[in-house]
Amino acid sequence: MNKRLMSSIVLAAFLAACSSKAVKEEPKAAVEDKSPTAQVVEKAPAKEAPAATATPVTEQKPTVNPLKDPNNILSKRSIYFDFDKDEVKSEYRPLVEAHAKYLNEHADAKVALQGNADERGSREYNLALGQKRAVAVKKVMNVLGVNDKQIETVSYGEEKPRCAERNEACWAQNRRDDIVYQGEE
Amino acid sequence: MICLYNSHMTKKLLAIWFVLNGLLSATEGAALTIEIVGGAAQQIPIAIVPFAQSANLPDSLAMVVDADLRRSGLFRVLETRGVASVPHELAEVKYPEWAALQAQAMTIGKVETLPGNRLQVSFRLLDVVKQSQIAGLEYNITPRQLRQTAHKIADIIYEKLTGEPGVFATRITYITKSGKHYVLQVADADGSNAQTVLSSVEPIISPAWSPDGTQLAYVSFEKKKPVIYVQSLVSGQRYVLANFKGNNSAPGWSPDGKKLAIVLTHGANSQIYLINADGTGLAQLSHSNAIDTEPTWSPDGKWIYFTSDRGGSPQIYRMSVLGGDAQRVTYEGSYNVSPHLSPDGNQLVYIRRDDGKFRVTVQELATGQVQVLSDSAQDESPSFAPNGRLIIYATNINGRNVLSAVSADGRVRQRLSESGGDVREPSWGPL
Repeated sequence: MNKRLMSSIVLAAFLAACSSKAVKEEPKAAVEDKSPTAQVVEKAPAKEAPAATATPVTEQKPTVNPLKDPNNILSKRSIYFDFDKDEVKSEYRPLVEAHAKYLNEHADAKVALQGNADERGSREYNLALGQKRAVAVKKVMNVLGVNDKQIETVSYGEEKPRCAERNEACWAQNRRDDIVYQGEE
Repeated sequence: MICLYNSHMTKKLLAIWFVLNGLLSATEGAALTIEIVGGAAQQIPIAIVPFAQSANLPDSLAMVVDADLRRSGLFRVLETRGVASVPHELAEVKYPEWAALQAQAMTIGKVETLPGNRLQVSFRLLDVVKQSQIAGLEYNITPRQLRQTAHKIADIIYEKLTGEPGVFATRITYITKSGKHYVLQVADADGSNAQTVLSSVEPIISPAWSPDGTQLAYVSFEKKKPVIYVQSLVSGQRYVLANFKGNNSAPGWSPDGKKLAIVLTHGANSQIYLINADGTGLAQLSHSNAIDTEPTWSPDGKWIYFTSDRGGSPQIYRMSVLGGDAQRVTYEGSYNVSPHLSPDGNQLVYIRRDDGKFRVTVQELATGQVQVLSDSAQDESPSFAPNGRLIIYATNINGRNVLSAVSADGRVRQRLSESGGDVREPSWGPL
């Protein structure tokens, strides 16, 4: 647990550093969130965005949806894979764990795990590969105690590419699972 | 096992293609345009004498026959303009004139207008060397059937002179994509007469012909997830074949048309099921923890060939339609997908990945001998023409998705491209 928390902290800090632009837009967003990852995030932007002191003095009530909060790891929804692989790489464990934790704490919340593949090779095999990637994330969530009823897996194969160019940088973006909460689409 | 791929030959073929490409402009008003690469070593020299026909008919019968035979790569269609006579009747044929052209065979014919807006097409195929008739046929048709009649005549010429059935009068299906618009189409084998089966703003994939050619099964994402439909090409009516939890995809008809093999996920990995063509009688066929997909039937209806990554990488396997253990069929390479059997069941075509290139590959099932047939890098969806002579597939040329057809020996290649957008997911219809 401690180890997991540590890795969450590291990733959260990393993600926060990556998204300084988003942080400036909603400087106060994470403050009310008491989840461990969110607390860590809240420190990072404080250093990163000193200009934020202009408005956030008034304490906001905890109306911010942690799933939409750019400072919260729960707003990160994509897990990326290697070519023809469905292994959830260690760098994405904290993200999956955060969502598993959220689902465990919100029994009424439901997610669709949407698997995708890059365009190379067979469309039907890629559809199956996207499904396998969705199932891979589902299995991690199951191990973390998430009920099957909260998870639906679906694959778009190579049919809904995020990036349309023919190069590895683009293909890497398309080898992806997206976590979509019910009501978000 | 050996790979017979020969890049030197391909370069030669490409050179020929550039020449032919300049000579052969687009076929008459076709949605798809065709380019030809290469030719058989032994092409049959044939003279196609222009048919006697009224100038206001929509198609020149001889031109359609000419284009069909050229496209096959098995014929050398001779220039006839230098010959003094233009015979339409048997009595008008002066064989020495055609022997001087080095023609082995020749065709003559005429199209007569009958009362009631009907046409009478007469056609003869003649052996120039033996100075005898090989075939002679008459058709009573409507003007709209002229083009199809020309394809049938080309089929007869092909069969009489090569010993195998022609596929010029068959149809193909494919999907076009322009922007975010997907269209499932059916066209004549030469790309003309394209008709829309389904139009959607969501993806359509995996069209599959019923064995009698009257229906298409396909996968549409219009419900925001893959669902299998079966649509009649006669009435246009369709029904949902499979819309179970998760993905529904990869339909493949049994040779008798009574069942389909399909792929369902039910929240886990893709597995193969059998289902009656009316959507009843669902039964799971494959039971693995891995991906099992792209099921296709052997022509005798006893085996399902499919793609599975149960061994760690995608390979082709087969299992009995009655269930049981699967046997691995492909061993070379780390990525072999999209199997389809030849009509005689002796050859397997699939896509193989080598050095990051995805290419059409044919395997002799008896010997295991493997031959890579294409020189492109992003081939997909190969399937045999109903005479087993050609394989149609999707590929990418200069950044455009086009269709290609290659002879099963790899010598002749045609390309079908659409000006408006991408073409993909081809499947050749039955005879």
